Amino acid sequence: MNIKENIKTLIIEKPLKLDCGQTISNFPLAYETFGTLNKNKDNAILVCHALTGDQFVTGINPITNKNGWWTYAVGPNKSIDTNKYFVICANVLGGCMGSFGPSHENPKTKKIYGTDFPVITINDIVNAQVNLLDFFGIDKLFSVVGGSMGGMQVLQFVSNFPNKAKTAIPIACTSNHSAQNIAFNELGRQAITADHNWLNGNYNLKKTVPDKGLAVARMAAHITYLSKKGLQEKFGRKLQERDDLKFGFDADFQIESYLRYQGSVFVDRFDANSYLYITRAMDYFDLVKRFNGNLSNAFKNTKTKFFVISFTSDWLYPTQENKEIVIALNAINANVGFVEIESDKGHDSFLLDVPDFLKAVKNFLDKSFVEKL
Amino acid sequence: MKTEYKIIADIIERNSSILDVGCDDGSLMEFLKANKSNKIRGIEISKEKVQTCIAKGLTVIEGNAEFDLKQFPNDSFDYVILGQTLQAFINPELVIKELLRVGKKAIITIPNFGHWKVRLDLLIKGTMPITNSLPHNWYNTPNIHMCTIKDFVKFSEIIGFKIFKSLALKNNNISNINNSNLFFKNLFGELGIFLIEK
Repeated sequence: MNIKENIKTLIIEKPLKLDCGQTISNFPLAYETFGTLNKNKDNAILVCHALTGDQFVTGINPITNKNGWWTYAVGPNKSIDTNKYFVICANVLGGCMGSFGPSHENPKTKKIYGTDFPVITINDIVNAQVNLLDFFGIDKLFSVVGGSMGGMQVLQFVSNFPNKAKTAIPIACTSNHSAQNIAFNELGRQAITADHNWLNGNYNLKKTVPDKGLAVARMAAHITYLSKKGLQEKFGRKLQERDDLKFGFDADFQIESYLRYQGSVFVDRFDANSYLYITRAMDYFDLVKRFNGNLSNAFKNTKTKFFVISFTSDWLYPTQENKEIVIALNAINANVGFVEIESDKGHDSFLLDVPDFLKAVKNFLDKSFVEKL
Repeated sequence: MKTEYKIIADIIERNSSILDVGCDDGSLMEFLKANKSNKIRGIEISKEKVQTCIAKGLTVIEGNAEFDLKQFPNDSFDYVILGQTLQAFINPELVIKELLRVGKKAIITIPNFGHWKVRLDLLIKGTMPITNSLPHNWYNTPNIHMCTIKDFVKFSEIIGFKIFKSLALKNNNISNINNSNLFFKNLFGELGIFLIEK
């Protein structure tokens, strides 16, 4: 990965006390912006990325030379219209796109942190990100938006800063990771740590990467982002560039080939240790427990207008888990709207061309922008 | 039906908090938001109609009033409105109880099955009545629990809720319903509008 030149970075000098007890300071937070901040500084939208996302939300990602991960939703005249809004996105703490993470050098040991990096949480990620608001002189965001782990950050953000966002759109997410979510993440972590190239996280010393393990982690996770119906329609039992089964363990089926491809491109852009750290942050996320079993208390003092969105075929963060957020907000009379979008594209629906979803986000934002709340 | 909206708006005090149950495409919500209070929420079962409401800038939750009202605490709203949908519920009794739990007051409107045209339709044709406000056939109607204005008044006694205001709408003319004119209002009213409390 040749990063760094194309990456904007904010050095956060202020000490940040992490949930694990350690304090970090003078650490880099990589970010990108799209659109223009207006005079009143009231058109800023903080986009929070998911597990494997980064700050390059839309346009061409200068590191991968591919389209940004949310190009369908963010850009000129799109749902999150960069002609109107100023979009900010930070690479999460623990990530591998320039923000402080396990691939950074520990100044004390002059070695890469690896597993000596502190375990971070969604709360830590959000508390690091909020520094960007101060940096841009933004008192209150117009919106904070994100899907999946990005949605967890949205919830945490409003909980931590009840007066810092006019609106919030948590998408396809949950207020606490279920046993099934943790199980899938653990599968991914085990795949990485079982790779003999992982070397207890010190693979950089031997100039190697646990690419096989990371690829398997990605493959397993990728399945959870799709739906059975979607997979069946796209691949079925179609064979990969062959007329018949080969009676071997090559990729006979298109789905096998597809997954192998997904795994192989992922290892080129993602750091294995970051994958361990960020999945851990997701697993530790439990806004319910943090507020003594009552999710409503997480949002007690907020005036933020919420719009919760789920997808019919998302079995990773199913509608019911999204609805629990709605229920908790209604219990305290918060301003919350909710819609479940019909889609057979599974959890990934929020990243894809799902017109009903894109329309809902656009309408909600554009109407709320002119509304006095 | 703008007259119905105006009547409902007249019942509601300014800046009250309102929940429109089965808010459809949000046109009543829009009307109330513009004229009475912006503290207004909706709940709607149809995804398509929820989208329409979002496009109008309304705060709406996709959900089923029969199951999803329980998420609201007691007395969450000053007014809960149920416009012409009571007849579509599997358990109208439960819905009314929920409305009166969630709202301090409830406004319920019902298409009157006691209207003379409805009665005549059944009497003469001997088939289930089809009218402008009840356009479905018996086998595809969502209206499984039709009632008359008189039925609703009786219902209040059976269930034990108080009717504070009862109005009948006929050709866009509004009139009060009382014990002495109930027979006629039930015969000529197209729509009954009730303000009720626990």
